[in-house]
Amino acid sequence: MYFDTIIAGFGGQGVLFMGNLMAYAAMEAGRQVTFMPVYGVEMRGGTANCTVVISDRQVGSPIVHEPQAAVVMNNPSAEKFGPRVKKNGLLLVNSSLVEEQYVKARTKRILRVPSLQLAQEIGNPRLANMILLGALVELSGVVGVADMVSVLPSALDPRYHKMIPANQAALERGASFAQDNRGAV
Amino acid sequence: MAKRVMVKGNEAVAMGAIAAGCRFYFGYPITPQNEIPEYMSAELPKLGGTFIQAESEVASINMVLGAAATGARVMTSSSSPGISLKQEGMSYLCGSEIPAVIVNMSRSGPGLGGIHPSQGDYFQATRGGGHGDYRTLVLAPSTAQENYDLTMLAFDLADKYRNPVMVLGDALLGQIKEPVELKPYRKKPPAKPWALTGCAGRPSQLLKSLYLADGDLTVHNWNLFKKYQKMRQEARHELYRADDAEVILVAFGSVARILRTSVDILRDKGKKVGLLRPVTVYPFPDEAVRAAAQAAGRLMVLELNTGQMVEDVRLAVEGKAPVDFYGCPPGTIPTPEDLAREVEKMWRKGGGR
Amino acid sequence: MSAQAARKKDMELVLDRPQSLKDVPWHFCPGCHHGVIHRLVAEQIDNFGVREKCVAAASVGCSVFLYDYLDIDVLESPHGRALAVATGIKRALPDRFVFTYQGDGDLAAIGTAESIHAANRGENITVIFVNNAVYGMTGGQMAPTTLEGQVTTTSPYGRQADGMGLPIRMAEVMATLEGAAFVTRVAVDSIKNLKKARAAMKRAFEYQIKGWGFSFVEVLASCPTNWKMTPEAANARVGGEMAAYFPLGTYKDKHAPKAD
Repeated sequence: MYFDTIIAGFGGQGVLFMGNLMAYAAMEAGRQVTFMPVYGVEMRGGTANCTVVISDRQVGSPIVHEPQAAVVMNNPSAEKFGPRVKKNGLLLVNSSLVEEQYVKARTKRILRVPSLQLAQEIGNPRLANMILLGALVELSGVVGVADMVSVLPSALDPRYHKMIPANQAALERGASFAQDNRGAV
Repeated sequence: MAKRVMVKGNEAVAMGAIAAGCRFYFGYPITPQNEIPEYMSAELPKLGGTFIQAESEVASINMVLGAAATGARVMTSSSSPGISLKQEGMSYLCGSEIPAVIVNMSRSGPGLGGIHPSQGDYFQATRGGGHGDYRTLVLAPSTAQENYDLTMLAFDLADKYRNPVMVLGDALLGQIKEPVELKPYRKKPPAKPWALTGCAGRPSQLLKSLYLADGDLTVHNWNLFKKYQKMRQEARHELYRADDAEVILVAFGSVARILRTSVDILRDKGKKVGLLRPVTVYPFPDEAVRAAAQAAGRLMVLELNTGQMVEDVRLAVEGKAPVDFYGCPPGTIPTPEDLAREVEKMWRKGGGR
Repeated sequence: MSAQAARKKDMELVLDRPQSLKDVPWHFCPGCHHGVIHRLVAEQIDNFGVREKCVAAASVGCSVFLYDYLDIDVLESPHGRALAVATGIKRALPDRFVFTYQGDGDLAAIGTAESIHAANRGENITVIFVNNAVYGMTGGQMAPTTLEGQVTTTSPYGRQADGMGLPIRMAEVMATLEGAAFVTRVAVDSIKNLKKARAAMKRAFEYQIKGWGFSFVEVLASCPTNWKMTPEAANARVGGEMAAYFPLGTYKDKHAPKAD
C-alpha cells in the first residue's frame, strides 16, 4: 500500500495541521508515514504546503512531485499543485475560495468542496480545513474518519481539546459530503 | 515494540540525546534546528539537567568543552554558519580528547546562504573542519528514526574514542515529521578516570591541547592518528536493491532517501539500479564502496552540493570503475523523478566523468 | 626553605609555600607579577580547604601555565573562552570550586562576550583577571588595557585614543552587570596593596563558596619584559601610572555588611 498527497493553502488555513492529523492517524494505524512541511521563503510568499506519504514499507522520498491526491485551498495552490496531480489522481478544491479559472488539472477526478458553507452548517466556519480533510480521507480510503477522530487528542494542543467534538463534526461532515458526491470522482 | 511517537526530525535528535543520558545542552538559536534547543529547554530542567542558551555558538561549544571535561554527556547543535563558529572548540575537544556530540542540521551556504536543505558541509564535517590535523566521527542519518538512533550511538562512540562525534543532518531531516520508535537505551556509559572532578583521593590532573616541550606534540599527534585509524572500524553503510545492480548510486542523508524512491522508479522501468548509503561519512565506508564498484562496474554519486563526497567515492574506487556525479546546489529539493531522470541521462552518456 | 629544613635549623617558620602550590621553579620573567598572583590564589585554595574540590579553567597567554604551578585539576581553554568553559564545568559540578585565571587580552578583547555574559548570568564562578596592559606571551602587542601613549609592538608610535580607543576599565564594566556580585580591583606592587589583594581574593572565594554568585578580582600587574623596563620601574608603574587610570577599590560587594 502506498499513498501520497500534497495539501496546500495560505499560511493560517490549517494546512499543516491537516497533514499532521493524517500522519498521526496513519501512524496509529500501524503504517509508515512521513510528513514534510514546506516552510520559510515559500511560506512567506503566501502559500504553505505539506506532503504526506503513507506506506506499509519504509518511506523513501518525503518529496513528491506528482501526488496521488491534492487538496488546494487557495488560488495560488490550485494553480501550482492542481496540474501536478497524477492523471487518474484526486484533486479536492476548496471552492469557497478558489476561483474556477485557477482550477487546472490533468485528472478528471476533481471534487469542489464548498468548505466554508459546510463548516458554517455545522456552526464553526473556522473548521473549513477539517471539512476538506474529512472529504480527502473518505475518498482516499487510506485511513478512516474514525481513525482521525481518535488521534485528535494527541495531535491537538491541550488548549484546544474542547474543540474536539467540533473537529469531529467537521471531519464527518466533509466525509458525508464526499460520500454524496462520490459519483463525480 | 517500544512506543512510537510522531515527532519532528529535530525533536528525535533531542529525544535520542536524552535517552542516551545527555543532561547538558548548550546552544544558540539558528534555523532550521531550533526545535532541538527548544525541546532541550523544556525537558532538561525536568530531569535535573542544564540548558543554557549561550551568547554565541563559540560560547556554547566552549560550555560543552567545560561540562564534557567533567565526564558528563554533553551536546550542542547548530546549523552550518553556527557550526563554522564551533570549529574552534571542536579542534580543542579533539586535541584535549574530550568526548561530546555536535549536531549539524545543515543549511545552505556559502555565507548566510539560505535555510534550504544542503549537503555543502560534507568537506567541513569529514575533514576535521577546524585547525590542526584531526578527525571527528560523522554519522549521517536519513530518517527521523535514525536521528534518534544515531544520536544515541554518537554518545557511545564519543565516549569510546574520547573524541567529538558529529551528527550531520540537514534542513529536510530536521523539519520532517515521522513516527519514531523510542528504543530504550540500555548501555552503561564507561567510567571516565580522565575526567576533571577535583583531585579528591587522586593526584591532580589536566586536560589540555598545548604541547610545547620538544617532541611532545609529535607523540600526541601520532597517538591521535592511531586513534583515528582505529575509528575506521566504525564505518557503516546500507545497501538497497544492490544485489544484481548494474549501476549503484551512492548518496547519504536526505538525498539518499529521495533516491530510494528513484531506485524503485527505475527498477519499475527495468533498470537494474541499486543504492549504497554511507551511514558514517567519516570514517567513509571505503571497502563497501569498492566492493559495490567491483560488483556493479559503475557508480553514480548524487549530492545536494556541487561535488564533495564524490571525491571520497573516487578515492575508494581508485579509478577501477567509472564514477559519475550529479549535484543539486541548494534552492530546490529534487524529486525522485528528477533524480531518476538524471541517473538515466548519465547512464545513456556512458561511464565516467 | 621548607618547613622541615626550618625546623632542623631550629628557626621559627613564619611563611611557607602554600600546599596547593607545586614545589617547582617559576618560569616567569624576572619582575613578573604572575608568580605573586598564583601564590595569592594558592593561599586561598588552602585557606578554604578546597584544593580537592577545585576545577580551574586556564586561559591563553602567560597565564596558561597555571597548571604547572597549582596542584589542582585544570582544563585548558581556547583563547578568550575560559568563562564559557568554566560555566560548563560549574553547571556540571555545582559543588566544586571553579575559577578562571585570565589575562587582559583573553578576558577583555577576544573573550569580552564570554566574560560579560557569564557575569550577567550570575555564574557562581570566581575570576582572577590579571591586567598588565600588554600581550605578554605573543611578544608585547597592544592589549585592550594598554595605556594611552604606551608603546607596544603593534602600537609603535604609542596608543592613540583616535582609532585605537582608550583602555577598557573592566572592573567598572563588570560592576554595571546585575549578575556580578563582587567586583574589585587590586594591585600587587607594594606590601600594602598585597595585603588588600589577599583580602580581596579571600572575599572573592567566599562569594563562590557561600553561593553568592559571580566574583571578579582585577589585579594590576607588571610585565617588565614587554614594557621594556627594569622590574623596579615596572613595579612602580603599576602603583603609579596604571593605578591612576585604573582606580583601585571595590566596585561591587552585594553582601557587604550593612553599616548602621
